[in-house]
Amino acid sequence: MSNLSGHILNKTAVKGEEGIWVFSAHIPSFPVKEHLQENGGAGNLLRYISKRLLYMLMSLFLIVTATFFLMRAAPGGPFSSEKQVPPEIEKNLNEYYGLDRPWYIQYVDYLVSVAKWDFGPSFKYKGQTVNDLINEGFPVSFFLGMESLFIAISVGILLGIIAALNHNKWQDYGAMVFAVLGISVPSFIMASVLQYFLAIKLGWFPVARWESLQHTVLPALALAATPTAFIARLTRSSMLEVLSNDYIRTAKAKGLSRRQITVKHAIRNAILPVVTYLGPLSAQILTGSFVIEKIFGIPGLGSHFVTSITNRDYTTIMGVTVFYSILLLLSVLLVDIAYGFIDPRIKLAGGKKGE
Amino acid sequence: MQQIPKEMFQPAVADVGEAEKLSKPSLSFWKDVSIRFRKNKLAMFGLILLILLVFMAIFGPYMTNYDYATNDLMNTNQPPSSKHWFGTDELGRDIFTRTWYGARISLFIGLAAALIDLVIGVLWGGIAGYRGGKTDEIMMRIADILYGVPYLLLVIILMVILGQGLGTMILAMTITGWVNMARIVRGQVLQLKNQEYVLAARTLGASTSRIMFKHLIPNAMGSILVTMTLTIPNAIFTEAFLSYLGLGVPQPLASWGTMASEGVQALQYYPWRLFFPATFICLTIFAFNVVGDGLRDALDPKLRK
Repeated sequence: MSNLSGHILNKTAVKGEEGIWVFSAHIPSFPVKEHLQENGGAGNLLRYISKRLLYMLMSLFLIVTATFFLMRAAPGGPFSSEKQVPPEIEKNLNEYYGLDRPWYIQYVDYLVSVAKWDFGPSFKYKGQTVNDLINEGFPVSFFLGMESLFIAISVGILLGIIAALNHNKWQDYGAMVFAVLGISVPSFIMASVLQYFLAIKLGWFPVARWESLQHTVLPALALAATPTAFIARLTRSSMLEVLSNDYIRTAKAKGLSRRQITVKHAIRNAILPVVTYLGPLSAQILTGSFVIEKIFGIPGLGSHFVTSITNRDYTTIMGVTVFYSILLLLSVLLVDIAYGFIDPRIKLAGGKKGE
Repeated sequence: MQQIPKEMFQPAVADVGEAEKLSKPSLSFWKDVSIRFRKNKLAMFGLILLILLVFMAIFGPYMTNYDYATNDLMNTNQPPSSKHWFGTDELGRDIFTRTWYGARISLFIGLAAALIDLVIGVLWGGIAGYRGGKTDEIMMRIADILYGVPYLLLVIILMVILGQGLGTMILAMTITGWVNMARIVRGQVLQLKNQEYVLAARTLGASTSRIMFKHLIPNAMGSILVTMTLTIPNAIFTEAFLSYLGLGVPQPLASWGTMASEGVQALQYYPWRLFFPATFICLTIFAFNVVGDGLRDALDPKLRK
C-alpha cells in the first residue's frame, strides 16, 4: 500500500513538525516538480504528459496481460462449476466464447476488445456482460465516491487548519485523536461500528440500501473516514510549517487581522500538499468502496466486484480490474497535471513567465 | 542614546585550549538517533506497545489451556469471563488464544513482507543507483512500470488465482511491493556514491559489493528502516482487507483480519468477537506508525538542534 511513502518520505514528510503519516494507497505518483527539475527545469509540460501517458499505457498493458494469463491459469474452466454439461453443449459454449482457439489468438482478441472498451461476458450470470455491470454499478459508486471525496477534503482541511491554528491546545489534540483513529482502524471495522451505533442503535440513518440521499450519508461518512484523517494530518503539518514562515510574521507586523493572515497567506500555501494527495486518495476511496458497498448493501460496482470475487467469476474479476486500473491511472495522471497548474513555481519552471 | 566610551571595552584573552575544548561528548550517529528517539514520548510509547504485543504473540497462546483450533460446541459465543478471558467464537474456540495466535500470523505477514521487500528493494535499487547509466535506466524503467500497477487490485487478483494461504498472501504482497523500497534505496545510493569516502574506498581497491554493503547500505539504513516500519502496518492492513473479501488465511488458522471480519458479522449480538481483534489491529498499526514517525524525526538531520 505504500508506494506513496517514497515520495512523501523524500519530499513533503520531512517538513512539518511530525511529518505525515505515511501508508495506504499504493499508488504511483511521479510529481511534475521532480520531473521538471530532473530535466533542468526547462522541460515542458507537454513532454511530461506524453511521457506519463506512455508509462501509463505500459502499466496498463502489463495489467491486462497479467490478468489474462492469471485467469487462464485459474483452476477449472469457466463452465466447470456448472451442473454436468453434456460435452456437445460444452463444445458449443467454448466455441461461442472463442475458448477453442489457441491462447495467442485469445490474447490478441482480448487486447483488442479491451482497447474497444469491451470487457467481455460474465461467466456466472448468463446474458450479462461486464460492460453492463460497469454501466449499471459505476454511476452509483461514482456518486458515493464523489460524496466521500467532498467530505474528506472539506472536513479534513478544516480539521487540519483548526488543529494548526490551535497548536497544542485541546482542539489540536482532539483533531489528532480523530486522525489517529481514522488512520489505524480498518475501513470494514469502522463502517460496521458506525452502522451499528448510528443506524441500528440510534436510528439516525437508514441501516442499508440505496434509495434516497439519506441512505448515502452513512456510507459516504464511513468511506471518508480514513482519507479525512490523512488530509487532516497533512493539512495540519503543512499549515504549521507555513505559519512559521517569515512572510506570516511580516503580515502580522503589517497589522493584518488573524483572519486575513489565515485565509490569504497561510491556507493558500498550506493546501498544496493536499493536492498531491488527491491521486492516492482516489485509490483509497475506490478500494474502500468494495467494503463499504458490501456492508451497506449498495448496488455499486464495488459490491459487484466483491461478489464476483466470492463467486470466482473470473471474467468479471478480470474486466472490473482492468476498468479500475484505467480509472486509477487516469486520475493519478490528472492530479499530477493539475498540480503542475496549481503550483506557480512549476509554471515558472515550465517556461511560462508569470501571468 | 547613551555613549559608550572606549575605556569601557576590555580585550578578551584568547585561550586556544578553551576554544578547542569539546563542550559535548562526541556521539556516534546511531547514539544520537537513539537519544532523540527516546525523547519522543509518543514514539517510545509505541515502541513499548510493540514490545508488549510481540511478547504476547510469543507467549500469549501458552497462557491458557485452550488450543486455537479446537472447537467446543457446548460453549459457543461466550462473553468474556474468568474461564475465557476474551470470550469464545461461534465454534467455542477461545478468543484469547486465537487473538495471540492471530497476532503471530498478522505480525509474521507484516515482517515477512517487509523483509522480502527489503532484500529485493535494496539489491535492485542499490545496483541501479550504483551502476548508473544504462543499467539504471533499464532497471528503473521496469520499476516505474510496476509502480504504476494498482497494488490492491493486483494483490486481489493474485489471491484469487493462487488460492488462500499464508505463503500466497506474502507473495502477492511483495510481488510489486519491493518497488517502493528500490526507489528509496536508489535515491539514497545516488546521493551517497559520489561522496569522498566512497571514492577513497574505490581508490583503495575495494570491490563493488564491499562498497555497497560496507559503505552505501549502512549509510542509507535510516530511510530503509523508516520505510520498513511503515511497510509492516500496511501489510497488516492489507491482510485485514483481504480477509474481509474472503481471501484471508484459510480456517482454522486465525489472523486478526479473519477474526475481525468474522466478528463484524456477529457485531450485533456478540460484540466482543469484533472488539478484541479490532483493538489489537488498531494498536499495532498505531504503534508501528508512531515508531516510524519517531524514527524519521530522529534520523532527520534537519531537525537537529
